[in-house]
Amino acid sequence: MLTHRLAALAWVAAIIVLVPLLFPSAYYYRVGALVFIFALAATGLNLLMGFAGQVSLGHAGFLGIGGYAVAIGPTYLGSPSWLSILGGAALSGLVAFLVGKPILRLKGHYLAVATLGFGVLVAIVLTNEAAWTGGPDGMSVPRLVLFEWRVSGSQTWYWVAAVTFIVGAVLALNLIDSPTGRALKAIHDSEVASSVLGVDVAREKLVVFVISAIYASVAGSYLALFNGHVTPDVSGFLRSIELVAMVVLGGMGSVAGSLVGAAVLVVLPQTLTMLHDYEHMVLGLMLMGFMIFLRQGIVPSLAAALARRRT
Amino acid sequence: MAEVLQFFFSGLTVGAVYALVALGFTLIYNASDVINFAQGEFVMLGGMSTVFLASAGIPIPLAALLAVVLTIAVGLALHRFAIEPARGASAVVLIMITIGASIFLRGAAQIVFDKRFHSLPPLFGIEPLRLGGAAVLPQSVVVLAGAALIVVLLWVFIDRTLIGKAVLATAANRLAARLVGIDTRRIVGLSFAVSAAIGAVAGILITPITLTSYDVGTLLALKGFAAAMLGGIGSALGAVIGGLLLGMLEAFSAGYVSSKYKEAVAFVVILAVLLAMPQGLLGRGKVERV
Repeated sequence: MLTHRLAALAWVAAIIVLVPLLFPSAYYYRVGALVFIFALAATGLNLLMGFAGQVSLGHAGFLGIGGYAVAIGPTYLGSPSWLSILGGAALSGLVAFLVGKPILRLKGHYLAVATLGFGVLVAIVLTNEAAWTGGPDGMSVPRLVLFEWRVSGSQTWYWVAAVTFIVGAVLALNLIDSPTGRALKAIHDSEVASSVLGVDVAREKLVVFVISAIYASVAGSYLALFNGHVTPDVSGFLRSIELVAMVVLGGMGSVAGSLVGAAVLVVLPQTLTMLHDYEHMVLGLMLMGFMIFLRQGIVPSLAAALARRRT
Repeated sequence: MAEVLQFFFSGLTVGAVYALVALGFTLIYNASDVINFAQGEFVMLGGMSTVFLASAGIPIPLAALLAVVLTIAVGLALHRFAIEPARGASAVVLIMITIGASIFLRGAAQIVFDKRFHSLPPLFGIEPLRLGGAAVLPQSVVVLAGAALIVVLLWVFIDRTLIGKAVLATAANRLAARLVGIDTRRIVGLSFAVSAAIGAVAGILITPITLTSYDVGTLLALKGFAAAMLGGIGSALGAVIGGLLLGMLEAFSAGYVSSKYKEAVAFVVILAVLLAMPQGLLGRGKVERV
């Protein structure tokens, strides 16, 4: 099992290194960097949705916290960008802990509406506290400087985001193989049964909620640093939906799926812009089509098809 | 006192629309366990198609009727071509399908119609009525009366007709309903049609007050979903109460706290209610089988 996972990771690493050889321009690095940034957030959310079986419709709230941390930290608090990334992650973790403790008791659609409410609240605060956040127009984000190294440009961010995603993926895979990961799978199958077996359901759900919030926060920080600008849209309802769509599309419970889901949903709108007015119609149709015909998600569906062929 | 009444009436008007959207969520959820995030697009389609049919020279009452029929057709198509093929998929996959549908409908609306705001003439003019010092638009009364009529008609339909009883049976237990000879697939289709009609009527009634455009659906779906959950999903009465309550919350917090934070206050209250009553106000607890 472990060697299997390592092989998969090696494949992903090889793709990350080899794909840029085909890139004709810096624009492709930009899209690539966005794919890895969103894949990081999707991986965290996948831990919550795919393994613990809890839906969050407000995860973009944590993207927003991370994004504004690297904007407000250096601008108003004198904290360097790298420290602000960590600070944003810590704050997201703390917020997730405080919010998650009560709301994770809710089940199914009730949890969905509670997380949705959380995301909406974050977006409203970011929009209205203009003195700190610049209001609806957002604010500019100073460049990331690491030990005199100015991290800027699409190409640099491609590699930074890719390496961070790999680290995030390895950590996620380790978590899945840990006692916590097995407890989460048990919770997914049946909360009652797992609590009878001695799993502290509330605690395990809270742990994974906090972890997924930290993933989203770091992704949000990267996104803001990469764009050099951040607006309240980053924490909007549609962003949250997009993250959920990446997880479901790629395949719940599959880390590779998070990468594939993010790749599809980042690249697709970029290619659809040439359809101008028809962009949204086609995007909606494709989302419906994917969900109807590949309802297990792209990666698990393909894996099942391959397995059938081998036998 | 006049101020309180003023907020009360404006909250009631907006709340009536939320209640109708929440009712649409509830109908479809009860028949099929699907949370239909395209519910807000039904409201948009009702308002927008009436506006454009009317501007093509069709008298408004006829345009409104055609708009409702058109929206019902869209609802049926949504069921037939998107929900039916995905039968047996998990709840979150079905939610994503309805979100895909709502993106599609919004995209289609911005092409077929346009991206501007539109209005309809109110039914009884714009001279406000005086009620205990509060000014109430005649159209607000129309919205409230219309919403009340829809709720009563729906209750009569569900409670007094054979098809309505089949809808109830399907909601209670799908397998048992099939065993006594109810075509549950048709019932689910019917629930999509009725939800679409309710949404369209809500859209037509509210357009003279709040205006409409191709993208009003997203926010309405969000509010309607929140209202349905506040009332307790699956309970029609809960949906109506949840919707009215949400409208009131927004109106009073806009008046007394801050108009920027009216939605924030509403969601904080929803969170607080759910924490105290995890099944919503009128929802019933589910017993989980292990």
